[in-house]
Amino acid sequence: MIKVEEVYFTYPNGIEALKDVSLEIRDGEFVAIMGQNGAGKTTLVKHINGLLKPTRGRVLVDDIDTTKVSVATLAKKVGYVFQNADHQLFSETVEEEVSFALRNFGYEENAVKERVEWALNLLDLIEYRNVSPFMLSGGERKRVALASVLAWNPRIVILDEPTIGQDSQQKERLRQFIIQLNRQEKTVIIVTHDIEFVAECQPRIVLMTQGRVVAEGEARKILTDCDLVNQASVVLPEIAQIFLKLRNFGFRTDIIDVYEAGRILLERLGDQT
Amino acid sequence: MDPRAKFLYVCVLFAVTVMFNQLIPLFILFFIQIPFVIVARVEKEWLRSMKGSALFAVIIFIMNLLSLYLYGAYASIASILERSLAMTVRFIVLVESFSVFFLTTSPDLLGLALEQSRVPYELCFAFTTAVRFVPVLAEEAQTIMDAQKARGLELEGGNFVKRIRNYIPILIPLIVNAIRRSLELAETMESRAWGANKKRTNLYVLKAKRKDYYLIIVCLFILAVSVYASMFVQIPSITQIVPI
Repeated sequence: MIKVEEVYFTYPNGIEALKDVSLEIRDGEFVAIMGQNGAGKTTLVKHINGLLKPTRGRVLVDDIDTTKVSVATLAKKVGYVFQNADHQLFSETVEEEVSFALRNFGYEENAVKERVEWALNLLDLIEYRNVSPFMLSGGERKRVALASVLAWNPRIVILDEPTIGQDSQQKERLRQFIIQLNRQEKTVIIVTHDIEFVAECQPRIVLMTQGRVVAEGEARKILTDCDLVNQASVVLPEIAQIFLKLRNFGFRTDIIDVYEAGRILLERLGDQT
Repeated sequence: MDPRAKFLYVCVLFAVTVMFNQLIPLFILFFIQIPFVIVARVEKEWLRSMKGSALFAVIIFIMNLLSLYLYGAYASIASILERSLAMTVRFIVLVESFSVFFLTTSPDLLGLALEQSRVPYELCFAFTTAVRFVPVLAEEAQTIMDAQKARGLELEGGNFVKRIRNYIPILIPLIVNAIRRSLELAETMESRAWGANKKRTNLYVLKAKRKDYYLIIVCLFILAVSVYASMFVQIPSITQIVPI
């Protein structure tokens, strides 16, 4: 359980990035944090693994105050995959890269081998195990970064902008993968601008603007509320935009999922023919 | 002010500082620069750079003290102390003059000064770009540190060798990204026709004003007096003035 209680955070340059943010994320939840650039999304999630400590208020992860423990201690529970994989890759081979955190956490050699193998298989990277991570494509490097975090099987996984630079096929794989993680009762938190990806995944949405949480709730409810998403400078998903235009023809306006939209439209067309 | 005049000031100060190894002239060199700091209103920043160099100053003092004590042929401990202190003040004077220059000259102005001193434009551009990217690299280093800490890396603790080894996961991504960024920068600049026009003109042309000429005169005066003093004047050491 993650509890963010009336958190304020000001960067050393004086920018107030979080203002009175309160939030609860239960175990096994799938949450997407959305909002415009500079809304405080990344700042908020950096509080969850203790990289940033609140200026005021507190953040509890499983009732542990993040100010009381080191990042390395929290990292065992909270895996954080950074937006840019190139900010972490440094090893000679993919295998070494994935084993880096495991060695930091003091796993025994056998356990390291076993977990690296597991993570590489999970992300379809086993054929690259002896290849330098710098020789891989952008999408593959991102998968290596993800594998290097999932290797120690953290209970909470934070993904910062996971869809950037991914083609549609990789996005779909990522979606399946997140659903799979969530089914294993892991808490998954994504920070993203990719509204279409969120509309497909349908997590709980936390909408932020100018350092505050302006709304939270079901994707279907938040992402079809025109005023709310405008306030956070987010654009409605394309399906929601179409159904909003079809409102006068008696269609519901709370549709964001492509498959559901297709089914409703086909039903209507079937009625007419 | 014209950065070229200030550059002359740094060069003169550098030459004069190296010319003397007695404590008295070095102290004079230290104090004559303080009015410049006050006039430029960079006291706070200047103090910060002085504080930053304090650790190195202490190291220089101790190293000099040890080496002069062990290998030097000095008569007394007092003269060894004086000599070590002089070397430390020499370092401080150098830092002082460079910080006065860099605290009052933006990288762009510096680039312009180099360019108008007939240094090839490619070199000037490389220099100003390198300076401009320092804050970007610092921010990137922080992000990389965060990313590695999130994977359980503890930067603190352990012996000296372990601490250095801890920084490898930070340095490698930093260097790789810097190289990648520079290659990208080269490509994006070439695709925007960089270097297409061999003969460049500048929007701003540096022109020395009256106060620049004053500074040049002061610098030349300091240089002349110093050359004269170092050649013809027997500069006493403090141990000679105050016998211990």
